[in-house]
Amino acid sequence: MRSNFVFQEIWIGLRRNLTMTVVLIVVVAISLFLLGMGLLIMKQVNNTRTFWQGKVEISVYLCTATSPSVVCRRSGPATPQDRAQIMHHLQALPQVEHVDYESQPQAYQRFKQEFSNQPNFVQAVAPDEIPDSFRVKLRNPATDYAIVAGTLQGEPGIDQIMDERSLLDKFYKLLNGLRNGSLIVALIMVVAAVLLVGNTIRLSAFNRRKETGIMRLVGASNFYVQLPFLLEAVIAGLLGWIIASGLLLVLKVLWLDTLQQYFTFNVQLSAADLVQVVTLALCAGILLCGATSFLTLRRYLRI
Amino acid sequence: MDRRAGDPARPRRIVSRLPSSRVCDGPVIHFDNVTKMYPSQSRAALENVNIDVEKGEFVFLIGPSGSGKSTFLRLVLKEERPTSGRIHVAGNDLARLTNWKVPHLRRKIGCVFQDFRLLPNKTVYQNVGFALEVIGKPRRFIRRVVPEVIDLVGLDGKADRMPDELSGGEQQRVAMARAFVNRPMILLADEPTGNIDPGTSIGIMKVLDRINRTGTTVVMATHDAAIVDSMRKRVIELEHGKVVRDQPRGVYGQAY
Repeated sequence: MRSNFVFQEIWIGLRRNLTMTVVLIVVVAISLFLLGMGLLIMKQVNNTRTFWQGKVEISVYLCTATSPSVVCRRSGPATPQDRAQIMHHLQALPQVEHVDYESQPQAYQRFKQEFSNQPNFVQAVAPDEIPDSFRVKLRNPATDYAIVAGTLQGEPGIDQIMDERSLLDKFYKLLNGLRNGSLIVALIMVVAAVLLVGNTIRLSAFNRRKETGIMRLVGASNFYVQLPFLLEAVIAGLLGWIIASGLLLVLKVLWLDTLQQYFTFNVQLSAADLVQVVTLALCAGILLCGATSFLTLRRYLRI
Repeated sequence: MDRRAGDPARPRRIVSRLPSSRVCDGPVIHFDNVTKMYPSQSRAALENVNIDVEKGEFVFLIGPSGSGKSTFLRLVLKEERPTSGRIHVAGNDLARLTNWKVPHLRRKIGCVFQDFRLLPNKTVYQNVGFALEVIGKPRRFIRRVVPEVIDLVGLDGKADRMPDELSGGEQQRVAMARAFVNRPMILLADEPTGNIDPGTSIGIMKVLDRINRTGTTVVMATHDAAIVDSMRKRVIELEHGKVVRDQPRGVYGQAY
């Protein structure tokens, strides 16, 4: 098998239907980009979720001397007896899996760490304004929050009971929506790309039917006859992938990474994540173009 | 050696014999009770045809249009499958030949057609070399073998011409060179002189004869009565898909 010959044939083929090749490249680029975008968003969501996985579900904030809420002004800061009482209460509940106590110094340390990219804010808050809290891990987060919150109602020394999870639900919903939308459109584009590859290869094979007819007559192996067309499709796919990779890089750097500033914790996607998504897109692209052109040729080249 | 310009068919050198296909005992083409019926037609294209062609033979396949000559050749190439019966070509049972082995069979068979089927954008040299390129022969080999074959068919000096610069007879010679360059076991010719004037046809037949003398089996479908009569080779006559005559040194016959 002589590579020279094959490359010559590929070049002739690509040049003859240049317009269709360009369209093919663009469509493959868009489908791979949308696919990659869906994957990147999925990764971002997973990162965020993983961060919160180990965190507690309920935080019971206790009153400090400076708490502004009405309840705390009335009852005053939480006393050690209050704390002990709340602790016993919580540990007795069957829905509670685990209770941790975070003291004010500990809370302040955590506060400084989480808001490390907003130093002005950190400086404005005094250490004793950060409340101490009980960190409660539930056995069944979905249903138990209401029960536990209900039983703690009215206990002295409690400022707020916060369901950490509901804070993020809205955000997850948005991201999931984006991911689903991206994947649906990607799927549609992939279907379009498949049809387009099939059509382009068919056209190419038709244009070269005289050569391929003689090749088959003379005894060229089936693979050798199909090879220029297969490679035509794969090369167009590769060019599309390069464009898609560029766009994905831009997406990650411009959008996902700037999103980071809205977070207090680090859920930024690493370069390794991007490389993984791009490689996946490459495999998808080659598979798409190669398999489609192979199947189209089987139908139209009468091997 | 003095070369007379007017007789291109005069042999000038011994053509190198390349190791062709493996030796096969028995006939190179064996049709055993073969029937071929095309789906849209009422009458069979070939009906209960029994033909054996031995190695090195020169066979004329004659008959009116529609008698099954082209069908016979297509069956040998495995472009069509018989409706019933067995076909053996070069020792291979075609019914048991898998799809991906068919190219190897076709490399043992050279083919020449009435419409030449040359590639219009390639020179004579490239057209002949194409047959070797697509089966993966190295360039050194092509450079050695192609000029020999171009010489054999009497076209030396015209290796750089494009097909549209050649006459019909010359184009057919190019087609024959391409068919023969791989030293096939069998050469099939489907009315090769159909588009060519009688005078030039004689030149074409001399080339075929020369090819036959190197040991290649030649099967030629034709309705050129003059040629058949002048060469006195084995004649198989087909009529409505059936073999009506099979003579060792035959003539074309009177009815046509």
